[in-house]
Amino acid sequence: MATDLSAEASAAAIKPVRQAPPSGSHGSSQVIRTGGAARIVIYLILALFCLYYLLPLYIMVVNSLKPLSEITAGGMMALPRDWTLSPWASAWSTAQIGVAATGLRPFFLNSILMVVPAVAISTVLGAMNGYVLTKWRFRGDTWVFGLLLFACFIPFQMVLIPMARMLGLVGLAGTVPGLIFVHLVYGIGFSTLYFRNYYQQFPTELVRAAQIDGAGFFTIFRRIMLPSSGPIAVVCVIWQFTNIWNDFLFGASFSDFDSQPMTVALNNLVQSSTGVKEYNVHFAGAIMAALPTLLVYIVAGRYFVRGLMAGSVKG
Amino acid sequence: MRKILATASCALALATAGAASAADVEVLHWWTSGGEAGALNVLKQDLANQGIGWQDMPVAGGGGTQAMTVLRARVTAGNPPSAVQLLGFDITDWAKEGALANLDEVADAGGWGGVVPEAIQKFSKYDGHWVAAPVNVHSTNWVWANKAILDELGIAVPTSWDELVAAMQKVKDSGKTAVAHGGQPWQDATIFDAVVMSTGGLDFYKKAFIDLDPEALGSPTMVEAFDRMTTIRGFVDDNFSGRDWNLASAMVINGEAAFQFMGDWAKGEFLNAGKVPDKDFLCFRFPGTEKEVTFNTDQFAVFKQGDTVKPEQAALITAIMSPEFQVSFNKVKGSVPARTDVSVESYDACGQKAYAEMKAAAASGNMVGSMAHGHANPAAIKNAMYDVITAQFNGEYDSETAAQELVDAVQLAQ
Amino acid sequence: MAQTTSGRGGSGGDWLRDALPRLVLSPSFAIVLIFVYGFILFTFVLSFTDSRILPSFGFVGWENYQKLFGLRAWGIAVKNLAIFGSLYIVICCAIGLLLAILLDQKIRAEGFIRTIYLYPMALSFIVTGTAWKWFLDPGIGLQAVVRSWGWESFTFDWIKNSEMAIYTIVIAAVWQTSGFVMAMFLAGLRGIDTEMMKAAQIDGASTFALYRRIVIPQLRPAFMSAFVVLAHMAIKSYDLVIALTGGGPGTATELPATFMYSYTFTRNQMGIGAASAVIMLMTIAAIMVPFIYSELREKK
Repeated sequence: MATDLSAEASAAAIKPVRQAPPSGSHGSSQVIRTGGAARIVIYLILALFCLYYLLPLYIMVVNSLKPLSEITAGGMMALPRDWTLSPWASAWSTAQIGVAATGLRPFFLNSILMVVPAVAISTVLGAMNGYVLTKWRFRGDTWVFGLLLFACFIPFQMVLIPMARMLGLVGLAGTVPGLIFVHLVYGIGFSTLYFRNYYQQFPTELVRAAQIDGAGFFTIFRRIMLPSSGPIAVVCVIWQFTNIWNDFLFGASFSDFDSQPMTVALNNLVQSSTGVKEYNVHFAGAIMAALPTLLVYIVAGRYFVRGLMAGSVKG
Repeated sequence: MRKILATASCALALATAGAASAADVEVLHWWTSGGEAGALNVLKQDLANQGIGWQDMPVAGGGGTQAMTVLRARVTAGNPPSAVQLLGFDITDWAKEGALANLDEVADAGGWGGVVPEAIQKFSKYDGHWVAAPVNVHSTNWVWANKAILDELGIAVPTSWDELVAAMQKVKDSGKTAVAHGGQPWQDATIFDAVVMSTGGLDFYKKAFIDLDPEALGSPTMVEAFDRMTTIRGFVDDNFSGRDWNLASAMVINGEAAFQFMGDWAKGEFLNAGKVPDKDFLCFRFPGTEKEVTFNTDQFAVFKQGDTVKPEQAALITAIMSPEFQVSFNKVKGSVPARTDVSVESYDACGQKAYAEMKAAAASGNMVGSMAHGHANPAAIKNAMYDVITAQFNGEYDSETAAQELVDAVQLAQ
Repeated sequence: MAQTTSGRGGSGGDWLRDALPRLVLSPSFAIVLIFVYGFILFTFVLSFTDSRILPSFGFVGWENYQKLFGLRAWGIAVKNLAIFGSLYIVICCAIGLLLAILLDQKIRAEGFIRTIYLYPMALSFIVTGTAWKWFLDPGIGLQAVVRSWGWESFTFDWIKNSEMAIYTIVIAAVWQTSGFVMAMFLAGLRGIDTEMMKAAQIDGASTFALYRRIVIPQLRPAFMSAFVVLAHMAIKSYDLVIALTGGGPGTATELPATFMYSYTFTRNQMGIGAASAVIMLMTIAAIMVPFIYSELREKK
């Protein structure tokens, strides 16, 4: 998609646009060169941080591959003596989640039906809002942005009861559209913030020039702003996807028996009050539940390198 | 119209798999994994045989607190589930809000009044009317002990506080951990329940925890109870803070520790590890509370959906109270049935003992709600007590200050 | 494109063209006004009532606020938020910026490393909390492992120590979000104006000076995003505390979010819960409004 748009952008003949080569002659690193010894240090630091980030994952993966007896016997940090995949199989399809022994499998779809529209809508809205707030300024726009921004800080526990009442009144209680709406409401502040702050660095002269050429509001957005929005769109999508996918409070409170999202199921798997805790299955389930988000990180991450027009437009 | 539908679906029970949605029950509960959820499946099957579908709405976490949050959202939205698992004072609180349906008809038909212990009825009824059906009775004043350690050190089952202290000392001297404990407020409070009962006796317990008498709460007896908590603290290992209760159970199972003070749900951990009651592990009441049962009970309440109790709701409640379900469910859960007229021959030694003791305590009036598990006073006060008990156990208060703080905290929370 | 043509038409089209940006913005603004500010007002009203299990409207004046400030746990929660919030924000920004700059040096396998840094965000703390809890537990985690390597006196028992436990929350929280902050800075770096950098380089500025004088100042909007996101996370840290310490040892790691949840939902004292929410929002406003104001006022 990003490639299409940038191709379109160059065709728009606003200014010849140079396509960024894949391994970035862009942004700050276009200028700064580092030497051999410095690079070794850089790689060393980066590797050290990799360790820090991977450590808890190690604990989770290792313990998800052990029989439960090995864990309760005390070897929580050690490698498995008996390697087994059965915790994974159990978490996916046979673990008891409520009355039925279904595993996490049936809940994935519920989550996806909720996350995809919510993320798409809030990202698009955020981009439009950011575009208006930086390139089509009007009296009082700072106030509008300030109010949107402060909305990011509202504690979710606080809105639970009034929100339930509102959803009940409009008949959206316990439905997927209701859940999507709730996530949209409390995600809009952030997506606006990301795009607004990103577009602020974007040269306004380009927009003015296009305006003089007769391009309209949406045309400029599509042809000039969007093609250069890659990195920030990635950040925004990652944020929204992660938050909505991992949300428990809204997912549990505003869903019905047939629309419970994955986190509620995972929570049910993990938090049984007085039952036997199968830690290995819990860890397997947790990693499994995170896979869609990880996939988004990997797929979206490619656009980090691609949509880099902002730097090269000026070059 | 609904009745006709219900009857029709009964008749077509075998033929209709999903078409009977008019007579489905949506059940909010927090029994989500392992055996207990499996046991609930028995109930689901039972209803399915009557043509009633079960719409499962499980929300686990925090011993039901997450489910209660969800319940509030659902009720506020005007979309309450048909039946909800509730604990202790939550039942009373919801009944006060006028949200619960009157179950008198079902209860009378089932003769509940004669078989459910008085102490439990106190929670199942509001204003003289049945509003909830009890599923089980958990008792919380148990000690779980590793028999091998006790045998090796020549320790007999302690029957008084002093014997318990001597036994714990012996274990400590041998280099093992005397008491396996997890430092979480509710676990601290579970021990405190038993200690207060053992120190002050039944009447004191009632006065302090149920009547919330400031004099009892600040009394020298309470100070002594806190002193005993400090003593127990001395027999707990250094890493107790934040440990889950089942990891503490594992310490007893593995022979790292001798005792755990925990409710009867701990039995499941022992059985699951292949241990046999009386052979590998012992279960006995906390010394000094042999005749008393501090309990908590899970109940199911029906939320009002219109003016009458719907037939499928009545069917669910009736099934919950049936002797067959009570026996089979509680066998898995580790608790005992909430009715006194069933046979528990199929239970293990600990289960049979628990049921006999519960019946005896129910008859003699020695059955009293557990403070730690929200059956002595409402949530606000319970948690205020937690704050003090946990702070004292962690050494933030001395015993006198703690007793005084307890008086203040209870007053502030009322 | 439709706009372009109609814009050249009559005055009706002009009106539409002028109003269009505001029209685009208005739905977002409207829902925020109702579902955020309307609800804040609702909570404010609630904080003066005797609400317990559900909202009710028997007014009790300042009673809830008096009770709130009489509670020891509230004081601890506020103090903890100050410690936790400031450390968390500063450390996350520092690590995030460092990693973003390093990762921007045409690193091989950049995508791979970036994913490693980011993945903690993907995991729900319901379960990672358990992994952290084990790792920090002196009996089975880091301390035990290091001691088994032969360093017998090694001690790392912060999580069991009332004084230090709040710092373990910082460690786990930084682990979760610093990668995301890195991504925000990386996005910022990739959008930077290179002209000035080239000019400064020709003038012979060192790499360090280049970053300090030219690159980092240009990242100002990214800093602002990071700050808002981190402050939001700090204030809302709930799962993390519940999973890692449950507020313990004792009440040593209680935060306002856990306090508010527990009073509103667990303890059935919704009035006090609402009062704590109001105080929390007012504190946030006192810190954020001047910050937002100064950020927004300085226009280029």
